[in-house]
Amino acid sequence: MTIGSKKGTLGILVVGIVSGIILWGGFNWAMDITNTEEFCISCHEMKATPYAELEETVHFTNRTGVRATCPDCHVPRPWIHKIVRKIQASNELYHHFVTGDVDTPEKYEAKRMQLAQHVWASMKETNSRECRNCHKFESMDLEKQQSRGADAHDPIYWEVVDGKSPSYTCIDCHKGIAHSLPEGFDPTWNAPGEG
Amino acid sequence: MKKTIKNLMIACVALIFTGTAIGAVDSLRGSQAIPEMSKEPAKMQQMVVKGGVDRSYKQQPPVIPHDIEKDKIDLKVNTCMNCHSEKTFKAKKAPKAGDSHYEDRDGKMLETLSARRYFCNQCHAPQANVAPLVENSFEGLK
Repeated sequence: MTIGSKKGTLGILVVGIVSGIILWGGFNWAMDITNTEEFCISCHEMKATPYAELEETVHFTNRTGVRATCPDCHVPRPWIHKIVRKIQASNELYHHFVTGDVDTPEKYEAKRMQLAQHVWASMKETNSRECRNCHKFESMDLEKQQSRGADAHDPIYWEVVDGKSPSYTCIDCHKGIAHSLPEGFDPTWNAPGEG
Repeated sequence: MKKTIKNLMIACVALIFTGTAIGAVDSLRGSQAIPEMSKEPAKMQQMVVKGGVDRSYKQQPPVIPHDIEKDKIDLKVNTCMNCHSEKTFKAKKAPKAGDSHYEDRDGKMLETLSARRYFCNQCHAPQANVAPLVENSFEGLK
């Protein structure tokens, strides 16, 4: 190998590393920007309805001052799931820019049941993964809960502690905790116990 | 003439009494002037009573023995009915909303809550564990 070709290989390597850092870093940086509450509510559909409803709930203001923002519940944290969700979000962009089918509160209301059912279904499928970013059975003290809640959580708590697959997941009972329930919600859709 | 004087005297005495009475009574607003903001009410935690609270008198709307801070009643949803409805009360071990609540003003039984009974907390109130403002010896239904 000549000195020239050695230099060339080194050059390609350096260019590759630098452009890799810029591209990969830039990609992640751009994705992080789309993962902020500001970004979510930059669309009026989100600001006018779901965000306004969140403001009324315990996930927005509470005793301890911990707040859950949109991506905390609606964007998965594991990288691969995050990418999948971001690709799915292109469908939301389509509806925002092209069809505009939730662009007024009235239209949003008409679609709310469908939208809610999508979120419930995906939460059920992932065993409420996003809830568990903060709420874990391992760190739950049933003694500190009100009796009704504790009674409902108890069997699931032990299933989780014993490493069995839990018979219910968070969303089975805790629907409509951060946004309004859709009109026509049937309470039997909640699992027995807390709801 | 005599009668008129007597009436006038009664009126004067009444006026004095009501005058002093008004001066002595502290309104719920406290002594704030009208344009001032009223005092913020003391913060109270809604109370949880296991097994519920007995009625104090016949036909009293039972009080709510749990907190309702996260519940919502509006045009579209009534989250109280998540537990207190016909379909769910057994599984949730909750008292069912009475049949009267499904009856409209013409006595017709409806499938869902009657509009005039829809807003639960117009009659049913959550409780706080506080000392009574004035002493009283009311014992209630035994």
